[in-house]
Amino acid sequence: MKTITEQKPFEEIERCLENENNIYIIGCGTCATMCHTGGKTEVLNMKEQLEVLGKKVVGWMVIPTACDDLTGEALKEDAERVNKADAVIVMACAFGTQTVASFASENGKPVYPALNTLFVGKGGESGVFSEICQQCGDCVLATTGGICPVTMCAKGLLNGPCGGTNKGKCEEDPERDCAWTLIYKRLEKLGKVDEMKKYHAPRNYQKVARPGKVLVETEGVKK
Amino acid sequence: MPVSLREVLNSGKFVISAEVGPPKGTNIEKMLHHIDLLRDKVDALNATDNQSSVMRYPSLVTTFLIKERGGEPILQMTGRDRNRMALQSDLLAAYTRGIKNVVCLTGDSIRVGDHKQAKAVFDLDSVQIIKMVRQLETGKDMGGNDLDGAVEFCVGATVTPEADPIEPQLIKFEKKIEAGAEFFQTQAIYDLVKFREFMKYARQFNVKILAGIVLLVSAGMAKYMNENVPGVFVPQELVDEMAAVPKGKGLALQKGIEIAGRMIKELKDDAVCDGVHIMAIGKEDVVPDILSAAGLV
Repeated sequence: MKTITEQKPFEEIERCLENENNIYIIGCGTCATMCHTGGKTEVLNMKEQLEVLGKKVVGWMVIPTACDDLTGEALKEDAERVNKADAVIVMACAFGTQTVASFASENGKPVYPALNTLFVGKGGESGVFSEICQQCGDCVLATTGGICPVTMCAKGLLNGPCGGTNKGKCEEDPERDCAWTLIYKRLEKLGKVDEMKKYHAPRNYQKVARPGKVLVETEGVKK
Repeated sequence: MPVSLREVLNSGKFVISAEVGPPKGTNIEKMLHHIDLLRDKVDALNATDNQSSVMRYPSLVTTFLIKERGGEPILQMTGRDRNRMALQSDLLAAYTRGIKNVVCLTGDSIRVGDHKQAKAVFDLDSVQIIKMVRQLETGKDMGGNDLDGAVEFCVGATVTPEADPIEPQLIKFEKKIEAGAEFFQTQAIYDLVKFREFMKYARQFNVKILAGIVLLVSAGMAKYMNENVPGVFVPQELVDEMAAVPKGKGLALQKGIEIAGRMIKELKDDAVCDGVHIMAIGKEDVVPDILSAAGLV
């Protein structure tokens, strides 16, 4: 499971940094490195682009896992350079960016994201990452042969395909498979097509109060 | 005294419905003209709901206008733009204004329309919308709260008899019936041999089927639909028949009217289905010509 990101258009980053001259860049050694959006190569690229713009890059680092709380320690270790910065650019997913922001803001440093976070996905084989779960909080995989219609169907339909399905492809994008054709074929293989005939009630959007927050109780952690 | 759609559906008469396309904008003159032209010639008129995900004048108010002018309106209701609260509100409004028919649809993808950046809702799918209508009829809303005054609707749905693959489509068709659909307006059909096959299957259910008739206006349109419209297949003979029309103003349209009329006549004469739903898509003016070509006027 990885957080899949893309780089923002450079003009957008340029606009954020209009009034900032000394920049510190942070990359991430985990998901953003795998996506080639915030690893060492991309961080050095960003450094070069910012220098072409006339900005001074006062320092940079690739934190092993930017969303981890150890990010605070990493910032402390390079405090001398970080303190010289007017702003911090984060080339990590929004989890990493928010983690960096929570620490950097303590020192009065504004944090700007260089990436857009697209989805939590799986894969990476041949460079393809796909979204297969939206964390809806009310898993329906038991009746759909293990294929998620909430995620894979463009409309998130629960009771079968829409009229837009065509030769196993989706109305929205003829390159994309129709989730309900996949589900039907899977259920057929499992001898469980009857599952598809059962009425599926509307989703309960109260299942997960957003933003989600859960306390996992253990020996040491109690409510 | 106008007769309700449910009465017509249960009368054994060959039912004719058509539709009016709400305009993009506030100039409703042309739509009113179509309503006036068709209200006495068909049994009911659908008001489409932001059809093809293109933002337009609303289907709900269009049904009010049809009603005011003496027609029998069918409210098309999709889950694309409104969540369960908005859909229920609209049904309460519709009922109080004498709207008695609703066709429940999932709705086209936002991405095929003219507001591609909009948030797609799809809180409810077509089956769930049908259930919702039936729930409101019990005097309770979807939250389980009592209504001060319930609703009552003749509930319709849609089906694509030539969907590919067909099995998942038929499962959904049966779920719609189970949820409470009384009648179906089908996606456009052109191959009557295949449609007869579908009807053999559909006849085992206690629902009325109105075959979708989309007016062909050119061979190019037929080819376009074959390539781009899911579940619509115009047989080569019909494409050839359209292509063979000599060039000349209105001749292709005339041929399209003739084909639509011929299909409707065959469906009626052989009692293949319970009626037809004519979608003239911008050519509502010629619906009376289609009806006379079918020998229905």
